Amino acid sequence: MDQPNFKKFGMVIDLDKCTGCGACMVACMAENNVAFREDETDKMLSISWMRIYRLTNGKAFPNSEECFLPRPCQQCEGHHGHSPCVSVCPATATDYDMKTGIVSQIPTRCFGCRYCMASCPYHVRQFNWWDPVWPEGMERSLNPNVSVRMRGIVEKCCFCFHRYQAAMDQAYVEGRRDLEEHEYQTACTQACPAGAIVFGDLNNPGHTVHQLAQPDPDREGRPRNPKAFRLLERLGTNPKVYYLTGRDWVRKAGDNEVKKS
Amino acid sequence: MFPFSFEWIWDMSHMVFHGGLWYALSILGMGMTYCIIKAAYDSVKGKGGHHSHGHH
Amino acid sequence: MDSVLIPKGVERCSIGKFALFIAVVGAVLLWGVVAMLLIYIKGLNQTNMNNAYGFALWIWADLAVIALGGGAFFTGLLRYIIGKDELKHIINYAVLIGFVCYSSALLILAIDVGQPLRAWFIFWHANVHSMLTEVAFCLTCYFGVLTIEYLPMVFENRQIDRVPFFHHLGHNMHAIMAIFAATGAFLSFFHQGSLGGVTGVMFGRPFGYRTGLLIWPWTFFLYTWSAAAVGPCFTIFITRITEAVTRKKLVKDSVVDLLAKIAGWMLLTYIIAKIIDTWYWAAVTAPAAGFTLMDFYSNNPGSAYGLWILIAEIGLCGVVPAIMLVTPSIRRRPAALFVAVTLAVIGACLNRWVMVLQVQAVPVLSFETWFTYFPSWQEIATTILPVAYGIILIALSYRYLPIFPQEQELNPIEGGK
Repeated sequence: MDQPNFKKFGMVIDLDKCTGCGACMVACMAENNVAFREDETDKMLSISWMRIYRLTNGKAFPNSEECFLPRPCQQCEGHHGHSPCVSVCPATATDYDMKTGIVSQIPTRCFGCRYCMASCPYHVRQFNWWDPVWPEGMERSLNPNVSVRMRGIVEKCCFCFHRYQAAMDQAYVEGRRDLEEHEYQTACTQACPAGAIVFGDLNNPGHTVHQLAQPDPDREGRPRNPKAFRLLERLGTNPKVYYLTGRDWVRKAGDNEVKKS
Repeated sequence: MFPFSFEWIWDMSHMVFHGGLWYALSILGMGMTYCIIKAAYDSVKGKGGHHSHGHH
Repeated sequence: MDSVLIPKGVERCSIGKFALFIAVVGAVLLWGVVAMLLIYIKGLNQTNMNNAYGFALWIWADLAVIALGGGAFFTGLLRYIIGKDELKHIINYAVLIGFVCYSSALLILAIDVGQPLRAWFIFWHANVHSMLTEVAFCLTCYFGVLTIEYLPMVFENRQIDRVPFFHHLGHNMHAIMAIFAATGAFLSFFHQGSLGGVTGVMFGRPFGYRTGLLIWPWTFFLYTWSAAAVGPCFTIFITRITEAVTRKKLVKDSVVDLLAKIAGWMLLTYIIAKIIDTWYWAAVTAPAAGFTLMDFYSNNPGSAYGLWILIAEIGLCGVVPAIMLVTPSIRRRPAALFVAVTLAVIGACLNRWVMVLQVQAVPVLSFETWFTYFPSWQEIATTILPVAYGIILIALSYRYLPIFPQEQELNPIEGGK
């Protein structure tokens, strides 16, 4: 059971609205000083904290359908704060924060053993195989609130935690401890032109994410909304990113099931 | 590794882990200390060269 | 020319021949060092690892080499704690092989991490819940034990033994070696097991995830067990190769037979436990995550992960060598013994391979496909680097240290020295 003040920042992504435009990916890279190479053709080596997958139902025309699925870090809670990645990090370079529900990543602590990358089933964790090289002049447009990472360490989406810190600083200056829903929003949420991404506190009944997902606290956050699902629910990762869809095949693609013959 | 690191918590997992670690390190350390001191003592006492007693 | 360094009562080849041998192996070592420098200077992009393959050839090599080095702790346990005194004729070599294996593992780890200068964080900022923390601590401590077990052999070199301090130090260390061996066995139980725990706790990876006992997945116990079984097999394997290269019998058949018999029973009991664990995983654990056994094996052309790999690991390289080793009539035939220990060694390597590489190849999200990987030349060179180093260290130790107590008896020299 969470403490009364504990927040659980999460996302609800409406897959029936996502057009796959990629604005969320671009906004994330810009906001978080994500490094890139001249030749980005090998996607297995690139860093994209937010990544869009293209799903298809596998049927031929005229029944073929596609779906675009944006996948940020799922900020898994696991059982009582034991995310698959947090429990395995040997240097405590990643930690689950019970007060916000966010899985942090400490770039200065990580020594690049990559165990967390092996543990994560969603492939949200990516490695700096190279040092970042910023085209000339670009270093002036880097976000000063986000540290740049050097080669040899792991990085991942942190729900724009620096924005949470900035919002809390502002609230503190104004003499309050609570944040309004609009005060802390991630870059991807704000960039989405279709409004497919909604971000907020899943524990707060007044926030849109809570109303859309209706997480059941007695069943480790499983969504009560029949249109909502989480990726790989069966594994018990207890993630904070919920997906909405009216399409059955999309919901089935979110998890694995042993077909009973 | 030591109680003054900030993530050290006085809980059961830390007790078990560090208890086992320092126990093993102590045995090795004490064993080697004994061997080295006794060897120094034996050689100073001139207990003999390399053939005063046979191999194991 | 170096006859004053060679142990009394044994013959060694000429220094010229030896130098040539070292030079050839040294060239391979140098190739590995060049690759290592490239990796340190340019970074891990020199490998073929990617975001789907955080663990690759090096981690497999680490796990395999530590399993094979298990002969040191298990032979030590058998000799000093259980009292199989006859194994004293092979334990020196088991310790030397263990020393080579563990130093190789540490060397590979030093190359593998993204930020080697921060490697000390694993000790200073340890997360006690992580299996890898447990591995790092125990491995380092156990390498210390192996150094303690190897040093007396070095002190027995003819010239070093003449220094009274080293002579006494070696003697005193021998006297209390049982304490070090017991500590080594304790440490080994945990790190061999934790290496199994590395994959076993990954509940996000149904291929590798196992339920278990308290905080320890079943793979924890299976890895310690298999290391105890296969480690002695590797010791026998290397002994036989050394005997072939030196063209001498170095250990009596009765000693090898004893070790092979014990290894055989360990292997047989291990493979039964492994079969039960595999069945339970395929029937209960994996389906709970939504996977059938065949979801984990790919019949795509060119795929390394057909069902053959499971059959090879458990059948050909598990059940077959186990039966060969427990059957005296087979075990006592030299060629059959060599085949059996080779199969057992391959089996352990296959087991570590699937738990490191196949676990990452298997897609978990339903809309992902299988991931492929093949090591780069830099990875291969740096994996062969410790093999070359091991050969050189073993060659130097064999030449200058009395590693084999029975060598003199088995190879009497005409006229004596």
